[in-house]
Amino acid sequence: MSFFARFAQNRGALVGLIILVGIILMAILAPLLFPESPWRMVQRPFLPPLQTDGFPLGTDTMGRNVAAGLMHGAWVSLLIGLVSTTVALAIGVPLGAIAGYYGGLVDDALMRFTEFFQTIPNFALAIVLVAIMQPSITSIVLAIALVSWPPVARLVRAEFMSLRHREYVEAARLVGQTNTTIILRQILPNTLSPIIVLASLMVATAILLESALSFLGLGDPNVMSWGYMIGAARTVIRQAWWLSFFPGVAILLTVLALNLVGEGLDDALNPKLARERS
Amino acid sequence: MRDTLLSIRHLSIALPAGADRDYAVEDISYDVARGEIMCVVGESGSGKSMAANALMGLLPKGVRATGGEIDFDGQDLLSLTEKQHRDLRGLRIGMIFQEPMTALNPLMRVGDQIGEVFEAHNRLTPKERQARALELLVEVGIPQPEKAIRAYPFELSGGQRQRVMIAMALALEPELLIADEPTTALDVTTQAQILDLIGDLQRRHGMAVMFITHDFGVVAEIADRVCVMRHGRIVELGAAQTVLSSPQDPYTRDLIEAIPSDVIPEARGAETDTPLLEVSGLDKVFRSRGGLFKPSREVHALRDVSFSLVKGETIGIVGESGSGKSTLGRCVVRLERPDRGTLSLSGTDFMHLRGEALRRERHRVQMIFQDPYASLNPRTRVGMAIAQGPIANGMARPEALARADELLELVGLGGTADRFPHEFSGGQRQRIGIARALAMNPELIVADEAVSALDVSIQAQILDLLEELKQKLSLSLLFITHDLRVAAQICDRIIVMQHGRVVEQGPAREVFLAPREAYTRQLLEAIPGREHELADA
Amino acid sequence: MLYARLIVSRLLKAVIVLFMIIIFNFFLIQLAPGDPAAILAGEAGATDAEFLRQLTERFGLDQPLHVQLWRYVSGVAMLDFGFSYRQQVPVLDLILERLPATLLLTGTAFVLSLVLGIVAGSLAAARVKKPSGSIIMALALIFYATPLFWVALMAVVLFSVYLDWLPAYGMYTVGAGLEGFAFALDVGKHLILPATTLALFFMAIYTRMTRASMLEAAQQDFVKTARAKGLKNSVIQRRHILRNALLPIITLAGLQAGQMVGGAILTETVFAWPGIGRLMFEALQQRDYNLLLGIFFFSAALVIVFNIITDLVYRLADPRIKEAS
Repeated sequence: MSFFARFAQNRGALVGLIILVGIILMAILAPLLFPESPWRMVQRPFLPPLQTDGFPLGTDTMGRNVAAGLMHGAWVSLLIGLVSTTVALAIGVPLGAIAGYYGGLVDDALMRFTEFFQTIPNFALAIVLVAIMQPSITSIVLAIALVSWPPVARLVRAEFMSLRHREYVEAARLVGQTNTTIILRQILPNTLSPIIVLASLMVATAILLESALSFLGLGDPNVMSWGYMIGAARTVIRQAWWLSFFPGVAILLTVLALNLVGEGLDDALNPKLARERS
Repeated sequence: MRDTLLSIRHLSIALPAGADRDYAVEDISYDVARGEIMCVVGESGSGKSMAANALMGLLPKGVRATGGEIDFDGQDLLSLTEKQHRDLRGLRIGMIFQEPMTALNPLMRVGDQIGEVFEAHNRLTPKERQARALELLVEVGIPQPEKAIRAYPFELSGGQRQRVMIAMALALEPELLIADEPTTALDVTTQAQILDLIGDLQRRHGMAVMFITHDFGVVAEIADRVCVMRHGRIVELGAAQTVLSSPQDPYTRDLIEAIPSDVIPEARGAETDTPLLEVSGLDKVFRSRGGLFKPSREVHALRDVSFSLVKGETIGIVGESGSGKSTLGRCVVRLERPDRGTLSLSGTDFMHLRGEALRRERHRVQMIFQDPYASLNPRTRVGMAIAQGPIANGMARPEALARADELLELVGLGGTADRFPHEFSGGQRQRIGIARALAMNPELIVADEAVSALDVSIQAQILDLLEELKQKLSLSLLFITHDLRVAAQICDRIIVMQHGRVVEQGPAREVFLAPREAYTRQLLEAIPGREHELADA
Repeated sequence: MLYARLIVSRLLKAVIVLFMIIIFNFFLIQLAPGDPAAILAGEAGATDAEFLRQLTERFGLDQPLHVQLWRYVSGVAMLDFGFSYRQQVPVLDLILERLPATLLLTGTAFVLSLVLGIVAGSLAAARVKKPSGSIIMALALIFYATPLFWVALMAVVLFSVYLDWLPAYGMYTVGAGLEGFAFALDVGKHLILPATTLALFFMAIYTRMTRASMLEAAQQDFVKTARAKGLKNSVIQRRHILRNALLPIITLAGLQAGQMVGGAILTETVFAWPGIGRLMFEALQQRDYNLLLGIFFFSAALVIVFNIITDLVYRLADPRIKEAS
């Protein structure tokens, strides 16, 4: 069975993929449909949804177009999610690989370091980092990456530890392959599927983290984001619930879609497990 | 004919769609009489355990009986409700399994796990259950039963856990005991003890036993009657003595012949007397590093091991698990580094090499591994898997791949270089592993339990291949195995190990026919079916 | 005896981690753009020259780096987290005053999420392939994907604004002057919404994990042994499968403690719950970095306490650990 056929057997994954494609389209189409800055005040504030042409989701406390904000926010969420996950993988994969392959003191030192980062409350660390570095896309990406690499390192380490004494790896050592070759050619390719699955879930978590930071007022002041929209409307929730409602639904759908896709990938990449689970 | 307890009639069990065949077993019929031991023999995939699982109502998900009946003392087991089946299990039919390490709940005390059998069938008060559990532990011969009853499974050895399993299965004095490969995971001396125990209990309680095994040695040891299965069908059924001495079906004959017998080939005269491998005073201690508050633990895997191997010779290293035989092999190929002693190869020090220097010398000693499923990278084509070694040592890629083709031809798998490992069977993968080792033109090959994971008929083929290559390429071989019968067949000299020490070494014939040490004798006597073979000879 | 030794070793480890956090905090201030004194003072205090001079002196900001580090570390070691300029109170006092509220909230949510998650997960595991099992898992996935603060806001809209069942803000009714049981009841009422919304996300995690872990445990050989004994399915599920499946859940719960503290920041912000999470939000808004770092340190300490507790529970649950340690 082809990879996609196995993926599509999980109906949830298919739904997730469709939602995700929709959100990516939103992000791409945002500058075309709403070429103006989403920060511009364009109408009376507090317009409820579905009542004024051109403002299907109404306007916010400052008279900004909610629909425009939502679409531009998609771009920011996806960008931050992807970039921070990439950075986290770039930290976690090599650390985990080295710790797991060499073991011993190297492993001890690297794992103490990882444990330290895991003990610190994630979100609090992200807040402190962004607050002190000053909010910007760069600081947010860095902060999210810094708090999300430990699970990657642990996963990769565990995979490497279980594979490093596998007989084919020992055979590779015996025929004189170098450690670098063994790590890159023998072990790493066999750890890719769990890493890919974890990465898709990490993008989802990163989007949640970003929205929570923006909600607290730690978003990049130059870009419109879903978390910011909810945070800004928090104080007027009694008068205008929809201002918080729609961006929240957008976050929910994005994160849900990514999780569903992650599960689908898991099934497609580990066909044996999928059969046992269902 | 004696009183029939269990009667299987035309039983067929279907496998789920997508399996490699439609039926696990097809139209099988056999009886088990009260008080007899029936051995169901077959290689992996023969469907030998299926009928047992069906009559216990423990078939895996998706597998179901589609035809025939299982009559147990007048009741058709296939038409029972789940509740009726449950009432039967443990009470009238007991069962023990292959893996004593995982068959007990790791979080429950042994006594409680035995007590559960009474609880399941509403027998006795909690206090009486513990008293009965203790009696049962005494009966199955657990040392210090008062302590064992309060122990968790991890505190017991494999043999002791299997005794606990037997105690549980016997708790309510069932009429039928099903033993599904109960000794396969055990060392040979432990296996002999467990077989004795089962035979003894069977006589004392007059139970019927359905004993599932792949080992004709075990059959010779305990069976009254035997049922040989292949590909889901019965190929031979009859009294054990008759089947063993005059098998009718060619497959049964192959299986019985595939068991290496005590007929030990003459040792070949060594071609030279220059030692290839010299090992002396080798020590290896494994230390688990302790933490700040954790004492470190030491295991002496090797103590003062010395021997030498002459070019063109095959030495067998035999011993039970924990004897240090595998550690010795791993030290020789330098996957481990010995602590003390000397290890030299054709006169050069092989023990103190490190890093890059070691990497460059590694091609001189190669290894054939135990597990055919773990010894090949699932993502590398087999041709490349063989060629990788020469490439790492500087051979040009096309040349290395061409050589891989030749080697595959040599091990009987010509033209398969661009396939992936999952397209091969276990025996074929083992051939690929041999080709990979040969690709390095090694001076010495270490085979670590190289045939242990294979079915007997495949085992025989691989041993033949090794024998053939030995002659053709005048290989020097260090053959590590727990199976004395295998060692007897292929080795010129034998080294017996126990607790990290060499107990006895000498020419194979001498060690097998006139062992000097008590432990060697004990090992030899524990081989199942030995009396049968001796009587045969 | 064993436990005493264990606790000592864990405490030692905790001290090392906390020490590293102090150093981490110190370098964070150094790395930040701008004058460290101004950062410590917070935005509002930066204009007060006298205060800046005091800070410079106190932390030795005109001294070489290692002297500064020493002063900072020894200060924190004496539980001196400095002064919140904005609130005119020592940071430590502010935090200690708010700590009980956070403990109440996170503790309640922790227990709630674990209990409900394990129950829901085992129900789902027992109902694989049945619609009821799928519904539980779908709900768990949705809660897992929902931003915590948004659930909190929507809960306010629904239960406070629209239905008017529960109070939306604070920890108790201000000015009601309640005492004793009536006060406890009042706090309990205020606790329901924040604790439930905080617990939802974690409950989703435990539900998914429990189900996966139980399905895995169900494959183990000892389950077949239990069935061969003739035990009832419900007994096997509870005594053999669930008990073994719980071990990884305990480990996970320890790892989630940090997330729980993070979640408390958001929930407390939305519900104006007077804990250290809310305090952190206030510190953020006032750019009171000294207070922020103090709270950060305390939240890490809180996580470590949670971790030690789960570690001890794990050791109680798994007899094999005693042997290994």
